[in-house]
Order: sequence, then C-alpha cells, then structure tokens
Amino acid sequence: MWALLKNGRIIDPSQGIDRVGDLLIENGRVSNVNSNDLDPARGSVYDCTGLVVAPGLIDMHVHLREPGQENKETIATGAAAAAAGGFTTILGMPNTNPAIDNGAIVASVLEKGRQSDVHVLTTGAATKANEGREMAEIGDMLAAGATAISDDAFPIQSADLMRRVMEYCRMFDVPVLTHCEDKTMTQDAVMNEGVTATILGLRPWPRQAEEIMVWRNILLSQLTGCRLHIQHVSTAGTIEAIRWAKNKGIRVTCETGPQYFSLTDQALNTYDTNAKINPPLRTEADVEAIKSALADGTIDAIATDHAPHAQEDKDVELQYAAFGMVGLETAVSLVITNLVNAGAVSLSEAIAKMTVEPAKILGIEAGTLADGAVADVTIIDPEAKIVVESSKFKSKGRNTPFEGFELSGKAVATVVAGGMKHNLLPLLGERSGVRG
Amino acid sequence: MQLQRKDVLGLQEMEPEEIRLILETAISHKEILSRPVKKVPILRGKSICTLFYENSTRTRTSFELAAKIMSADTTSISVAGSAINKGESFKDTLLTLEAMGVDLFVIRHGASGSPHFAARTVKSHVINAGDGMHEHPTQGLLDMLTILENKERFEGLKVLIVGDIMHSRVVRSNLWGLSKMGAEVRVCGPSTLLPTEIEKLPVNVYTDLDEALDRVDVVNVLRIQLERMDRGFFPSIREYSELFGITKERLRKCKPDVLVMHPGPMNRGIEITPDVADGEFAVITDQVTNGVAVRMALLYLLLGGGGNVGAA
Repeated sequence: MWALLKNGRIIDPSQGIDRVGDLLIENGRVSNVNSNDLDPARGSVYDCTGLVVAPGLIDMHVHLREPGQENKETIATGAAAAAAGGFTTILGMPNTNPAIDNGAIVASVLEKGRQSDVHVLTTGAATKANEGREMAEIGDMLAAGATAISDDAFPIQSADLMRRVMEYCRMFDVPVLTHCEDKTMTQDAVMNEGVTATILGLRPWPRQAEEIMVWRNILLSQLTGCRLHIQHVSTAGTIEAIRWAKNKGIRVTCETGPQYFSLTDQALNTYDTNAKINPPLRTEADVEAIKSALADGTIDAIATDHAPHAQEDKDVELQYAAFGMVGLETAVSLVITNLVNAGAVSLSEAIAKMTVEPAKILGIEAGTLADGAVADVTIIDPEAKIVVESSKFKSKGRNTPFEGFELSGKAVATVVAGGMKHNLLPLLGERSGVRG
Repeated sequence: MQLQRKDVLGLQEMEPEEIRLILETAISHKEILSRPVKKVPILRGKSICTLFYENSTRTRTSFELAAKIMSADTTSISVAGSAINKGESFKDTLLTLEAMGVDLFVIRHGASGSPHFAARTVKSHVINAGDGMHEHPTQGLLDMLTILENKERFEGLKVLIVGDIMHSRVVRSNLWGLSKMGAEVRVCGPSTLLPTEIEKLPVNVYTDLDEALDRVDVVNVLRIQLERMDRGFFPSIREYSELFGITKERLRKCKPDVLVMHPGPMNRGIEITPDVADGEFAVITDQVTNGVAVRMALLYLLLGGGGNVGAA
C-alpha cells in the first residue's frame, strides 16, 4: 500500500514530535520523505486536517477468550474490535480454557493472531492451568513467542511460589504482569468496600486486598530483581506503593484502565452487572489519585482489561454475574473525554501511555512513527462526538457500563503494518468531514 | 391516594408520605384480621406468586395469608440452592411465570439486588421480601407499625438495633424508614459485624451495649446467625451473649416503657433471654400480626386500588 496522510497533527511521543505535517506509508513502513516531491497518483492521499496522526495504539491487557470461550470472543473478533477502537497491537491474557500455559498453545494463539486484523501478542500463564501451584514452562512459552508472563485473573496467592516465578523470569528479563488480589479477603466479593456497598448490601472487595499484594509483589521484585508490572491499578494506596518502589529504584511499572478514571462504585447503584469488574470500581478520591498519577508518570500505561462476556453471563443476579467489561472500542473516547478534555494530561501524554510506554514495558518494537518503522498508525478525531452503542461493537461482548454515554474523540482510521484495517478518512479533495 | 410505583424494593427509595400511606392503610386493614370471617373480595381474580430462593417460613406464610384474606390466588415456588446450581436462570423463571399471568411477585433472594433485576425483567409488580444483605422493606414497615401503635409517633424516638448489623437487611430497611420519619436510629454490635462506613448513614453507631441502651424507646434484637462464628466474626456464642445479649438487667438503662422487638426466629438464651422475650416489654407476636396487616396494605395499594402505575 502507498498512502499519504496529509496535513495531520502528528503526535509521536517516542520522538518528542507534536507538529502538523504529512506522513507517508509505503511498503508497510513509515517514511518521512519530503511529501512535496511525491506523485499522488501512486496511491491514496488522505486529508487529515484537524486530525491527530499517532503511532498505532497498544493495549497491553485484553482477554481474547480463545481457546475455549469463543462464545464470548475470538482472536478474530477481538482483533477487529481493537482495529475499530484504534489499537494496532494487543496483548492477550492467559486465562483461557485451556490456559495458555505451554509453548504449543502460545504458538497456536500467535498463528491465529497473524490471520487477524491487528498484531496479536500473548502472555503465558505463570503457573500450570493457572492453578497457582506449579510453575508453567516459562522458557518454552517464551521460545514460542510469548511476550510476557502473567497471573491475571488467577493471582498467585503463595508468596513463595511468586518469588520463584519472579526469580525464574529474571533469568529471561521478561516482565511479570500481576493481578494483585489477596483472595482470602475477597471471598464472594462484588464491589468496592465502603458506604455504597454497605447501602446496597453487596459483599465488599476491600482496597487492602489489592494493596497488600501490590506491596508483597514490590518486595519480591526488590528481592529477585524481576521486572514487575502491576495491572489495573484501582486505588490511591496502590499508587503510593508504586511511587515508593519507583523512588527506591525497584523495577516496577503499572497500568490503569479508562474505567478506573471514568467511573466510581456509584455505578453499581442500579445493580448494573456491567459495572461489576475486578478489581472493582473505587471512589472519587481514587479517581483523582489515578489522574494525578497518570500526570506525574507514576502510572506508566493505559490498558483496557477488555473482558468480553456473553449476554447470559451478565443478564443474571449481580452476585452471580461474571466480572469484567469490554474496553477496546470505548478507550480512546474515554481517554480524550475524561483525561485530556478534563485537563488531567495532555493529548501527547495520553498517547504516550498507549504507545511508547507499553512498548517499553513489553520490550517490543512498536509505538513509534520513526522513519522506517512498521507502519502502525492510528488517526484520531479528537473533536468527534459519539454516543456509545454496544450493538455496533465489533467485539462479541456488549458488556459496557458506558452504554448511551456521550463522549468526545474517536479513532477514525487504523493502519496495521501498512494496511488500512479501519478507515473513515476522506480522500484529499472530497472532504466533507470524516465519514461515519 | 395511591402508591405511585410499580414495585416495592426498599425503604431507601420511599418518600415519607408513601410510608405514612402504607402504615395508615395497614392500620385500617388490620381490623379485618379480628373479624370472625377473615375474607374480603378486594383482590379477587389477582394472581400472586411468592418466589423464594431462600428458606423462610414466617415471611412467606405472612404474605400468603395476606393475599388469601384479600381473595387473591396464590402460588408459591421455592427454589433450593443458589441460582448457579439450578437449571433455569432467574430471568427465565420470571418470564415463564409472568407469561402464566402472575400479577405480582413476592421475591426472597439471597443475592442483593435480585428483586431490582426482577422489576426490570417483568412488567408485573414486584415486592422485595428480603434480598441478601440489602433490604427487607415489609419487615421494616411492620416494625414501624408496631412502634407507631405503641408510641403513636416516630419523631424524637430513640430506636436501637442490636446484633449482626453487617449482614442484616432488617437493619437497612429500619434505618431508612425510621430516620425518614424523624426517629434516631442506633445500631450496636461487635465491630466485626458493623459494615464499613456505616457511620456515613443516618445512624449512631455503638459497640458498647450499655451505652447504646441509654434511654432508648425501642430495642430491636436481631437473630445472630450461628454460622457467622465459623467465619471468624466473633469467638464464641458465650462471649457474644455476654457482650450483646439483651437481659432484663440491661433493659433498666432504657426508658421505663421500652419496647422489645425481634424479627424472629429467636435464639432464646443467646441474643435475648427468655424472660425478656416473654416479658412485659416484648411486642414480638404483635410484630407478626402487623406483618400480615402491612402486607395486605401493600398488596391493596399495588393491585387493588386501580389507577396505579405499571399494572400489567
């Protein structure tokens, strides 16, 4: 493909760029040649006036449900949802059925990923069958192409086993992505512990159940030297722990999700099962702490924890509903509306946390528009007004608590390795506003 | 005057005028219970289903008697075990029964918010007969009716609820209802059984029973679930009883005309001594009678008066 993206606001935090200009995509690579010398007849020229041209977004936390739960999502539908939401690279979690816990399953997931719309990476499970008892064949999975190791959804409870996993991963210098939850404190828990849970009579998930494990894992990272990545930060106390660890020089990074700076536990007031997520939505004070931590860099990355479920998993009593919400197709709008337009971080900072920062954490070549880089590009209309309609999602999952929300900003085109996978852009000369 | 709502899910969402209307209606319906022929034709042709996902004898019987006295047809369904274990989902059970012509569901469910789910799922009326740790609005109303009959007011009364505050739906309904009507609500129990941030609700919170009892007008004693001990909320029945058991001796700290209530079933000798349960201050059997009256009132206000909203 030959395509010229004309006159966009190019924001590439990896190079410190924020300027209006043109970007050429040729033979699957980004090229910074002088566009005035180009013959427009060689391909398509798109008018990106008023739009943001950014490196392809990376979501380092998604659940693709394949193998085993293809009724909720498949690698193909998850990747299509990613492209529609502006993501060019996604990292799947290993809590499938069977678990992604050996090299053969890693290879098969990656093979299916190669046939999908975006770059699909996978984590490998830290323990066999995610049971938290025996270490999985981490070396084998890494050799097969796994990007990182994770205990997501099945947090390792034994400190001793976690120590061994981290010591072992240190040998490969691969990050361990952890879901921090002391399960002894969250039995049957549904929502954040506090006055709202007290009123609603719902079993509480105390913030300390997250923070205890965050501290434990930080101390184990200090002990082992392993790169630790804390997933879905939801509390102010977790942020304090991570700040302490970073100041000590401990190798810790972290992510949060748009839901954790967009909603509070008040979203459960109507017993909405789509607002039941793990870790749970917290309080206004936590939302403010998360915004500050995104601004000061304590939180490195934004990742969605895209967790699609079938209707029958959610159309039940709240106590029995599955945890999780979809996120790929609302993330850009939530980031622009609730972070950028709310004045918490600049657009460039927000893009950094969805491009170069996750790329650094994972050690992957992505998240940049440098000359010659693979042409993964996301084009965003920051002014677009949208209404969230889950019926239009590419994901099989419709489980969003943002249904009907009016938000600003959306991804209008997604280029993956030089190929257009989602495109609402006008060609030069026919502009009457972005299509769709 | 009508109750302008399709469902009765909790007292938190009720206006004081609605509570007053229900209590006044209950007082007028209570007279029917003392007639030699306890039968009125008000709800003839109406179909009421009690759908219970938790065991209950008194609440279900109370609702069924209330419905039968008013000539409604009743069906009762008990579902053993949790919704996860059974074959049919809660949603499908509701839709199936609604399709059979049920006008009003009385729902008891172990999972908080389940009656709310039901109310969204069916067009029929829904009355919450107790959902998890959330609310038990008819219990709250019958407790209030019992207080009103004896004290003739709510304003300025001090009402103490003692026991397992955390897991109690009776507490939540009582605290909303009574505080809306101007009473001071106190709760007292072991600190492990006080839910987080309850002090942000309209209650005064105590862990010292003697302080809590000081000059109260009403003591409502909750049943202590013995299985709580296994989960480590308190060390022994003996210690619970010593710290939080209501005895004749302790009642001296209350107003001289104190009312002693209990939602039942009682653990005599544990949370309440037999001499208190059977003593001069106890109105525990009056509560049971008032339960029938309150439920008759609600059925009448939702189904009988005509012109209500959302009747299917």
